Amino acid sequence: MASANRPRHGGDCAPDGHAMSPVTAKASTPPVTESAPPAPPRRGPGWAPILTIAVMLGPVLAGIAGTAAPAFGWLPALGGDGLSLRPWAELFATPGLGISVRLSLVTGLVATALSLAITLLIVAAFQGTRTFALIERLLSPLLSVPHAAAAFGLAFLIAPSGWIARAFSPWATGWERPPDLLIVSDPAGLSLIAGLVAKEVPFLLLMTLAALGQARAREARLTALTLGYGPLASWAKAVLPAVYPQIRLPVFAVLAYSMSVVDVAQILGPTTPPPLSVQLVEWMRDPDLALRFRAAAGALLQIGLVVAALGLWRLGEIAAARLGRAWTVAGTRHARDHALRIAAGGAAVTITLAVALGLAGLAVWSMAGLWRFPDALPGTLTDRIWQREAAQIAPPALTTAVIAITAALIALVLAVACLQTEFRRGTRPGAGGQWLLYLPLIVPQTGFLFGLQIAASSAGIPPGLAAVIAAHLVFVLPYVFLSLAGPWRAWDQRQALAAASLGASPARVLLAVRLPMMLAPLATALAVGMAVSIGQYLPTLLIGAGRVATLTTEAVALAAGGDRRLIGAWGLVQALAPLPGFALALILPALVWRRRRGMTAAR
Amino acid sequence: MFRLILAAVLAFVALPATAEPDPKDWAAVEAAAKGQTVYWHAWGGDARINRFIAWAGDQVEERYGVSVTHVKLSDTAEAVSRVLAEKTAGTDAGGAVDLIWINGENFAAMKRNDLLFGPWAEDLPNWQYVDVEGKPTVRNDFTVPTEGLEAPWGSSQIVFYYDTAVTAEPPTSIPAFLDWAAANPGRFAYPEPPDFSGTTFLKQALIALAEDPAVLQQPVEEGIYAGTVAPLWAYLDALTPNLWRGGQAYPQNAAKLRQLMADGEIEIAFSFNIAEASAAIANFELPDTVRSFVLDGGTIGNTNFVAIPYNATAKEGAMVLANFLMSPEAQAEKQNPEVWGSFTVLDVEALPAEDKARFDALDLGIATLSPAELGAALPEPHPSWMVRIEQDWAERYGVGQ
Repeated sequence: MASANRPRHGGDCAPDGHAMSPVTAKASTPPVTESAPPAPPRRGPGWAPILTIAVMLGPVLAGIAGTAAPAFGWLPALGGDGLSLRPWAELFATPGLGISVRLSLVTGLVATALSLAITLLIVAAFQGTRTFALIERLLSPLLSVPHAAAAFGLAFLIAPSGWIARAFSPWATGWERPPDLLIVSDPAGLSLIAGLVAKEVPFLLLMTLAALGQARAREARLTALTLGYGPLASWAKAVLPAVYPQIRLPVFAVLAYSMSVVDVAQILGPTTPPPLSVQLVEWMRDPDLALRFRAAAGALLQIGLVVAALGLWRLGEIAAARLGRAWTVAGTRHARDHALRIAAGGAAVTITLAVALGLAGLAVWSMAGLWRFPDALPGTLTDRIWQREAAQIAPPALTTAVIAITAALIALVLAVACLQTEFRRGTRPGAGGQWLLYLPLIVPQTGFLFGLQIAASSAGIPPGLAAVIAAHLVFVLPYVFLSLAGPWRAWDQRQALAAASLGASPARVLLAVRLPMMLAPLATALAVGMAVSIGQYLPTLLIGAGRVATLTTEAVALAAGGDRRLIGAWGLVQALAPLPGFALALILPALVWRRRRGMTAAR
Repeated sequence: MFRLILAAVLAFVALPATAEPDPKDWAAVEAAAKGQTVYWHAWGGDARINRFIAWAGDQVEERYGVSVTHVKLSDTAEAVSRVLAEKTAGTDAGGAVDLIWINGENFAAMKRNDLLFGPWAEDLPNWQYVDVEGKPTVRNDFTVPTEGLEAPWGSSQIVFYYDTAVTAEPPTSIPAFLDWAAANPGRFAYPEPPDFSGTTFLKQALIALAEDPAVLQQPVEEGIYAGTVAPLWAYLDALTPNLWRGGQAYPQNAAKLRQLMADGEIEIAFSFNIAEASAAIANFELPDTVRSFVLDGGTIGNTNFVAIPYNATAKEGAMVLANFLMSPEAQAEKQNPEVWGSFTVLDVEALPAEDKARFDALDLGIATLSPAELGAALPEPHPSWMVRIEQDWAERYGVGQ
């Protein structure tokens, strides 16, 4: 694994966790300049970062407070009006709690380690090759597939009565009826881990790609190759140490997510007992309202577990860095790495196939007549569901679009304002700033959303579209910021210098030069933000008081009925919903700049 | 006189904005309801049920000027949580939930924590048609007296179903299930408690196995608990190894059970929806050789209700909607298997001739049992039994890995 310490900086600093002085920056090549602004070194307004932080952290902190109170016995509506440790005593007396906790920890850590290993292997094996462009094109669309839809698809693929078994039955297996095998929901959580890995590899891959641009990866790798190192070893020894610190926070987000995910765990995870996150949701849903206290204590335990796992991961990083350094210093060339590279390609293909086949399964189900085991395909196809549901899909689709576009636009404006402030001040947010950005992605949603509901109600915020957009912003902002920050910072600032020397004000430089040049990354960030918004379930339901029906809330409600045909139709719609945004992000810059080809290369 | 003034002052202080509606003055309720929007929080997992709710909303809008929005929940607890959060936040009026589709433990919890408005249900004009004599569960929700805090709108009863093309003779008693499962290992499952269908199977088994089932109607007593449930544990100890996946994993709910049935993984499933099998056949989920059955001695039945939270915004509109749902017209529509197939709470025999005709005209569907075939429903045990049993089940079978 990666070295946490970037040789260039010597110290153990977080990515970009320092203000770069103009001197260091000048030394680097133009596309990665991070210099002070060429405009008059006036201090930019500080409102943007403060507002951004408030928009993101206010709800998280209010929510945690609203969860912490009942965890210590305070919830007057249920007669809890004093402090007590009883919820904790009850929590720890829960049968199977230890197994639930272990499951959360192990599935989270293993899924993250596997996802990271596969991602790095793919990048190391294929960076700069034509295969890499292909893999990137194959895996990126998977990012927009909602976790639950991917999990449904995967479950249908691998179950004993699933598509794979059907394809080989009865002619190869002899199964006239599905065998009684524990594959989905296995006690060790293997199918859950598989489902998580399939969704997290595309995410980490994109994050790594963004980081590569800033790490001068190509040059470093080339140098190592010239020295006789194998392609994989070159990458691992020369590039990884510079790249890992930049993807550390995304990795942490993956770890936190994998440990606290609910929907995927309900579909693929063990049930006797389930991981802690699922157990929590069951307590929160229990008709016995007294269990809410235990659920609140459990939510805090969940947050603590995530923190502990992050700490464990950090220790692992340090150990890996030690070993890695020794390995690098030893100078072994590992020139023959063919097998590993084939494995990397195999992993990429397997993941793509699994998710794509899963989605194809949803599509086939949505049109299936009677479809029984072991038929590989339904005997009859019908568009009955689509006919009937078309009218039901339109209104929530519109609401979804309004929320996604508004939230993503607000997030984009805030992100640009923050980045512009940073640019004009010539500073980078410190490690703390980066962490704040990631906080909403790291704190488990189950840990703060019930509290947030109370906070919103106390503050007299009427449930509705506006409140939902604000809640989505908490989760949309970090992704929009992360998606935009790399390209924004990588912009060649000599353009600003040239414009300024022609007499343009900083505002004009931004509006007339920088934003147009950044059209492609801006559109991509917008699409990413919209995709995040489209996928939100709990925040929409809780903050909207159920009054705001989106594709996701409708899909989840219908999924409760277990009708595969309906789940297939809605899951597909939900999975396709983010695509127009991404398509626009590709087409728009090409259209606008069709006569100025150089502009589209601004990325 | 003094008390009257005091009461008036208190009422004024406590409720400065809106006076609580009086269901006894129905004309005033209907007048106030006009123009209101009712946010009806109801489980949204079934497209057929959703369409019935949409139909009811359209009717009420047309006839009474009350517009209805179906807030589709994946779990009723979401609505309960909402009301709870509002009470915690001090939002004692103008709440987001106007009507909840509810019963059983959710109702008991809301009633116990004073989260409900009422009494109102027995003042509704259509209450006169409700079969209070023949269906005692319309006033006793899982043995908890409803006291007018919720209005009945449908009857459910556990029905089992199987594929006649696969299974020759399904077991028709709880002890028979044990032998059948031993002969057909891995082909029977029940949802994992505390899912309500799963706990209902445990209740059904307990009623059949307990020496004196009558004690189950009373709150659980420490002295008799262990002895009463001992036969249940012995039964489950014997059954579990022959369950689907050997009891190492359980389906989440009755919907998942139906899916397993469709996939051929299990041979017998059950549901609280009397028309489940017919609906699934019509939906191409199950082959048309599937049939329903009940156990010898009957199966557990209950009633489902709608309730109004204490802080609802459109209480009048919610009552108008509840009254419509209870009308012979809406009840007959709902019992139509083409629409939903949920049985009525009304006393059909006592209805005016024209309303009775609506029910007589219904064809129930090939896999649905008639009320006569269903037989008398067994009453739900007192909820306190289930709390204990769910805990013990989790300890014995829920951490089985």
